[in-house]
Amino acid sequence: MQECYENKMELKILSKSSNESFARVAVAAFASQLDLNIEDLADIKTAVSEAVTNCIIHAYDTAEGIITIEARLTNNSLEIEVSDRGKGIENIELAKEPLYTTKPDLERSGMGFTIMDSFMDELKVESIVGLGTKVSMKKIFV
Amino acid sequence: MDVNYDNNEKILTFKLTEEIDHHTTEIIRRRADYEIQRHIPRKAIFDFSSVSFMDSAGIGMIIGRYKLLSMLGGTLEIKNVSPSVERILKMSGILKIINIYSKEE
Repeated sequence: MQECYENKMELKILSKSSNESFARVAVAAFASQLDLNIEDLADIKTAVSEAVTNCIIHAYDTAEGIITIEARLTNNSLEIEVSDRGKGIENIELAKEPLYTTKPDLERSGMGFTIMDSFMDELKVESIVGLGTKVSMKKIFV
Repeated sequence: MDVNYDNNEKILTFKLTEEIDHHTTEIIRRRADYEIQRHIPRKAIFDFSSVSFMDSAGIGMIIGRYKLLSMLGGTLEIKNVSPSVERILKMSGILKIINIYSKEE
């Protein structure tokens, strides 16, 4: 991720599902400094919602933990990092497979990473089992 | 979410009025399943006209209700979805089994 940016934000929230809407709206509001169209904002909201939901459902499961959301704006891009100190992902490639889910009982569709990948321009997932996961996403505006 | 049941036509309509994510689907599915099991409708409709946001939690919520309705001999329809909601539905492949209607019947 590049270090040169115009503006940045950091947000720490408790892993409660009631924070999902707060997180996505906060990042979208921050990004709207760039005068984005409605479609770009919807993409950003959806990607953040997916990443934060993963932290709540998978990383921390029923426990409570802190989710950190960082966003950096340049004049034509938005970088978002969503990280947790939860249980980590054993097999990232498998987790990214469309329709793969470890939580079918919660009616999870297994589409989270697929949506992040297609709604953003770049997606990187780093994880260490037992330590946590960091999802980095970038959207470039033309 | 507003719920309406047409007893003559046996059509159960859910008008979704909230943003649809993991948090709200927990609430929606509990209410929807209660109403479906109470009425055993011939058809249930999810009306998305007031939905401004939906993430992948909505996919699981729709598939879950579709399965319950199928088990009880009913069908499911989705109507009035925004382009962004439709894009997520398309990606999931569920439009192969559930139809979207854009106009009032």
